[in-house]
Amino acid sequence: MNETTKRHEHKSCRQLLGSLSDYVDGELSEELCSMLEHHMEDCEDCRIVVDTLRKTVSLYHMAAGSEVIPSDIRQRLYKSLNIEEYLE
Amino acid sequence: MNDHENKVEAEGFSLPALQKGDPEEFSRLVNAYSSKIYRLAIKMLTQQQDAEDVLQETFLKAYRGLKSFDGRSKISTWLFRIATNEALMVLRRKHPEIISIDEPVEREEGEQEPVQIIDWCCLPENELLSEESKVRLDAAVQRLPESLRVVFLLRDINDLSTHETAEVLGLSDTAVKTRLSRARLRLREGLSAYFGERVNNLREAQHDHSMERSTKNREKMLLRSKGGGKK
Repeated sequence: MNETTKRHEHKSCRQLLGSLSDYVDGELSEELCSMLEHHMEDCEDCRIVVDTLRKTVSLYHMAAGSEVIPSDIRQRLYKSLNIEEYLE
Repeated sequence: MNDHENKVEAEGFSLPALQKGDPEEFSRLVNAYSSKIYRLAIKMLTQQQDAEDVLQETFLKAYRGLKSFDGRSKISTWLFRIATNEALMVLRRKHPEIISIDEPVEREEGEQEPVQIIDWCCLPENELLSEESKVRLDAAVQRLPESLRVVFLLRDINDLSTHETAEVLGLSDTAVKTRLSRARLRLREGLSAYFGERVNNLREAQHDHSMERSTKNREKMLLRSKGGGKK
């Protein structure tokens, strides 16, 4: 933790930790949402954690989008299921 | 058409055709979900052969089980349930000591408190998603305990909703959310250690570059002043 954390009320950061994932998904209750946003105005560390958490989720989304099944595995799958003629 | 057929229809498949064993309709189902099922299996098991076995077994079991598919869940949720069970079976066979997915969430370790506080969002996309970075992304997933990994893979890699993930794993929605939160925080921590170092290297390089430029500028000024302002 850097100086910002030491200056800040560390307890609030810990209490809010479990809400960050819901916040990133936009599923946090209105009350908790405004509490967290208010907290982040003064807490640089929590803002960084939220930004990097959001980026982490989006990187995995993007990386997964470009992954497809290898063509040899796909061919063997269609063969094992007797549907080779429908292989595109 | 009954409600269950409607649900399958909404996913773009004909339940009567699938249940009759229509190979064309079944191949459409395989085409739609084979990449996602393979992705789940390879990230759960890492070994390509294990993942391929799980993939084949999932669709073989689905083909045999379609007649008794009751349509209470989406057909995709049903497929992911078969695949997840197959993958967990392989894991348990290979590592009998691992924690069961049914383990109460309270017994798992709590949220990991963030230690890595560095903003690496500024790194360019091509660096964040380079081949080397992707290997790091996968390695971070592998380090997650199975009970968190499977939730993360279903929710964030395969885009299932919280409720669908809960249905696949037989967990409550709250347990899914808690596990997802823990998984994401751990992954963020792992990626921050890696990308944070890259940000620091970048800053050092920029600092060195600007130092070099200011030294050169000073040298130029010195030369000019020695030249006495002659043209």
